[in-house]
Amino acid sequence: MTETVNTTDLKALLRQTGVPEVLERLERDLVGLIPVKTRIHEIAAYLVVDKLRRELGLEAARPVLHMAFTGNPGTGKTTVALRMATILNRLGYIRRDHLVVASRDDLVGQYIGHTAPKTKEILKRAMGGVLFIDEAYSLYRAENERDYGQETIEILLQVMENQREDLVVILAGYEDKMEQFFALNPGMRSRIAHHIRFPDYTEEELVAIGKLMIAEQNYYLDESAERAFLEYVRCRRMLPNFANARSIRNAIDRFKLRQAKRLFEQAGQVTADDLRRIEESDIRASRVFQECQELEKGGEHAP
Amino acid sequence: MRIHQGTFSFLPDLTDAQIEKQIAYIIRNGWAVSIEYTDDPNPYNTYWNMWGLPMFDLEDPAGAMYEFKKCREAFPKHYIKVNGYDSSPMWQAQRVSFIAHRPTQDDPGFRLKRTLWSDGRVQKYGLEPYVVDKPAGERY
Repeated sequence: MTETVNTTDLKALLRQTGVPEVLERLERDLVGLIPVKTRIHEIAAYLVVDKLRRELGLEAARPVLHMAFTGNPGTGKTTVALRMATILNRLGYIRRDHLVVASRDDLVGQYIGHTAPKTKEILKRAMGGVLFIDEAYSLYRAENERDYGQETIEILLQVMENQREDLVVILAGYEDKMEQFFALNPGMRSRIAHHIRFPDYTEEELVAIGKLMIAEQNYYLDESAERAFLEYVRCRRMLPNFANARSIRNAIDRFKLRQAKRLFEQAGQVTADDLRRIEESDIRASRVFQECQELEKGGEHAP
Repeated sequence: MRIHQGTFSFLPDLTDAQIEKQIAYIIRNGWAVSIEYTDDPNPYNTYWNMWGLPMFDLEDPAGAMYEFKKCREAFPKHYIKVNGYDSSPMWQAQRVSFIAHRPTQDDPGFRLKRTLWSDGRVQKYGLEPYVVDKPAGERY
């Protein structure tokens, strides 16, 4: 091979695919998640290099692209999977920019002979794109050896191995449970090339996400509300059932409800600014503050 | 003789790549792809066996190709056709159908079957494939 490839070529090739745009959008829209972003950059870079090598005739096996996303609820696994479909599509590794989301219900049947057609149906629908299996660990129930989930896993493994050019499978789930799942299904682990961990958001990141969400919906927090929101996030994180960005999104929906109620109660004219502003009282009315206080009190009294 | 039924039957056999392109065309039109097989090539045999259900929500031909290849693996000695069904109102009918796999390039063909009718004063004619003399499953 006499051709030389310089770095500009590589960059130009990457630009051509339109992937940098997607990566930039990822950077802009998703707060935090540094390890995830780094990993995606790496994968994108690798795929571009692989494509270039192919064009120069350096044959190599098609890279395995199946992935596992592990992390707590609300850390952005589905959002990233959607972007992944776009990235893989632009790099030409999947033919279509589409993502099929499936869970245990969609894949596993109710009676003997029901599972295989059901699983295949979903697989066929996803072919050419990405199949995203949420809470993938639920496919395998260790306590019931006659569970039909095993059949789904076998079909899945077969297709993941034989039809690599037609389908990319992304498994997602909570970290500990996925770890168990992979331990019980070693075949699955070895067929997945990229294990990506989604870390929990820090307090600052959650506040930034919240503000981003509020701004996206054309609301804003006034000064005192902003302080209250900060406190809200701190409290909410300590309470049980905290689901990262999802909890924040739900909280914002409730702020909006309270704002609407307040506007109705304060009779009279409403300005455009009133409609956009979320005040401290909308946030302070939340039960979270009370529960948080009780928790702290409880903590003090605890032996 | 060659069986001429459906679209493309006067052309040389389609390759897998060509079949995939035809399926892509069917999907692009929003039609449902279905796979059917038979070993009774009588032109009046409109009920071929279905290989699974029609695939209504495919995005990509890979899914249908997967089923077609599975069908060919299971029934290499049968005729296999690929259909496109248009479910839109006012159509609700098959829009395209072509034979994608043949058990043999040289089908034994058809026998002209004569039946006496009405006290022997009327003669009725029908076609019967020579292969149906043999039991189903052993015909090719």
